[in-house]
Amino acid sequence: MAPYESDDSTSAGETDDLRAGRRKAARYVVPVAVVGVAAATIGLVPALADSGDPNLPKISAQQLIEKIAKSDVQQMSGTVKISTDLGLPDLGGLESSLTSGATRGSGDGSSADPSAKLTELATGTHTVRVAADGPDRQKLSLLENAAEYSLIHNGKDVWGYDSRSNSVYHSAGHDSADARKKQEQAPATPDQLAKEALKAVDGTTSVSVQGTAQVAGRDAYRLVIKPKDTGSTVGQITVAVDAKTGLPLKFTLTPASGGAAVIDAGFTQISFARPAASTFDFKTPKGAKVTEDKGHENGSLKGDGRHGAPGKDLGKGMPGKDLGKDLGKGPGGMNVIGEGWDSIATFDTGGKGVPSGSEAGGQFGGFLDSLGDKVTGKFGSGTVFKTRLINALITDDGKVYVGAVDKDVLVKAANAG
Amino acid sequence: MSRAEAASPEETVPRAEAVRGVSPLWTFGLLRSELLTTFRRWRTLALLAVLAAVPILVGIAVKIETGDGSSAGPGEGGGPAFISQITNNGLFLVFTALAATLPFFLPMSIGVVAGDAIAGEANAGTLRYLLVAPAGRTRLLLTKYATVMVFCLVATLVVAVSALTVGAILFPLGDLTTISGTRISFADGLGRALLIALVVAASLMGVAALGLFVSTLTNSGIAAMATTVGLLITVQILDQIPQLHALQPYFFSHYWLSFADLMRDPVYWDDLTKNLGLQALYAAVFGSAAWARFTAKDITA
Repeated sequence: MAPYESDDSTSAGETDDLRAGRRKAARYVVPVAVVGVAAATIGLVPALADSGDPNLPKISAQQLIEKIAKSDVQQMSGTVKISTDLGLPDLGGLESSLTSGATRGSGDGSSADPSAKLTELATGTHTVRVAADGPDRQKLSLLENAAEYSLIHNGKDVWGYDSRSNSVYHSAGHDSADARKKQEQAPATPDQLAKEALKAVDGTTSVSVQGTAQVAGRDAYRLVIKPKDTGSTVGQITVAVDAKTGLPLKFTLTPASGGAAVIDAGFTQISFARPAASTFDFKTPKGAKVTEDKGHENGSLKGDGRHGAPGKDLGKGMPGKDLGKDLGKGPGGMNVIGEGWDSIATFDTGGKGVPSGSEAGGQFGGFLDSLGDKVTGKFGSGTVFKTRLINALITDDGKVYVGAVDKDVLVKAANAG
Repeated sequence: MSRAEAASPEETVPRAEAVRGVSPLWTFGLLRSELLTTFRRWRTLALLAVLAAVPILVGIAVKIETGDGSSAGPGEGGGPAFISQITNNGLFLVFTALAATLPFFLPMSIGVVAGDAIAGEANAGTLRYLLVAPAGRTRLLLTKYATVMVFCLVATLVVAVSALTVGAILFPLGDLTTISGTRISFADGLGRALLIALVVAASLMGVAALGLFVSTLTNSGIAAMATTVGLLITVQILDQIPQLHALQPYFFSHYWLSFADLMRDPVYWDDLTKNLGLQALYAAVFGSAAWARFTAKDITA
């Protein structure tokens, strides 16, 4: 090799005059221009495609809520992008071991069990496909890397199929209405999130229509729901409602502390055409491991479905139940204190309760201590665990107060209780 | 290098004809001679043999492991994509083999062929003779790139055909279940397998252009190959580092595994189009950079 090796710049300097050198250098303008054009395209096309907010006839908040309530979209298919950022500390492996431990405890460990799968929706960004054809047939697929988890409801059957491990979960024999109810509870589409949020609308909430937006290529109204209470950690909820069908297309929950949305679920693509019948037609693939739901797990399925939709549990304190479960304590009888957005769920873990680090012991105990803030009050002392949305106060005598409220409100509730 | 001996009988003929004048057909002659040189090389054949061996190994391993009736792969779904499905349908071996070879084996062999394209000629002292013919540097470069792309396609098809053969011998075939849980016929599945092979071949466009550009920078074929493969490994590692997530969508390897989206029903096109767009962008940027370098370069060997 060596004899042929030559340094081009020196030989160029010797033989070429300046003009030729410039002409050669000018050729490099082409790749640079290509990069420039590409960068401009990447930067500008979304801006140009965003044709501004559509002009729609004015509508009052009341009319819009009625529109949502009346909305009866039977046939649709679309892609939903869900980003959840509860501000939980990055627990890495510990988090997954906690959640898998929790779900394994309640389910039977099949990876096709909806309760195991839908827990994943609680953190990170996910792409979900939904399809519906009437009340009897729905499908929800969680798109994963080179794999997919599908939950298919067709008539009496509810199938869960995990393509990565080729395992199937089957639950049959529910009548259609019951199955539909279950289906509704599990997924976290903007539609369901919005309907749950509207249930919370009462005297403690201000609702207004603020402008319009384009979601998934459709014109939509922006409905803004704001808690009037100042103690709530919820800043505001924005729902983009399709102007034609009244179907909520995008759901955004921003925390009072500001920053990125805690929950952002919206359609990126939607079609109101009837999905192909084969979409809902599921036959167990050859060689798949099948787990039959014997019926006794109904409760756990419903309960765990709530993992998938953290937003709709606001103010109901359900995450508290999950927290309690994750810590390995069965929740006692649960009470709800207060109304509206400031409501706090409280329950007694029974006995000496949770988590001071030394009691829980070991690595896990130290970890718990590092997460919480110690607080004291009339009730004694306890630990406050914070996320961007849900805060929980666990007193040293085993009482748990959970809500989408800030620390002071929790302490006040504990003092009163 | 054995290239000069191997190539000369084929190459002298079209080049002698070409002296009479440049016709569009002549380009095909150049391409044909390039293809013949590339595919007659022992190195190329060895690369293809390695690629063909991967599905055989995967197939036999899965067959042995599942000989007692257990399902393939760990229960939690580890290993390459689709591996748990192979025992039920041999066609899935095609997808598994492509998923297993795409991160490294395929781009590495493309890097070897592309890196050698210009630098190898320079190293062997044959580049100046190629340029004596009235082809022009631009046309030679395009022909080289076309040859590399043909190699991409052939390499991918070798993996796919080898996997299909092994899959058909060792495992049952028939209707298959898409990863969305719907069923498609075997013919439909075969069509999707072909489409996936084409998408995988197209996914290698970026590496091919990058390798060709590196190849114009040096006169050492080995250096160009090593640089290309080194860049490939570096990018793959960077693609795993979470702190770089803002940059990762622009890495040529980032959307490679999106070919699996073709097995969804309906097909999820978002990442596929992103992948193809990104590959086209890499091809344009590094192709034009290679052109700028090669047409302005002093050929000393």
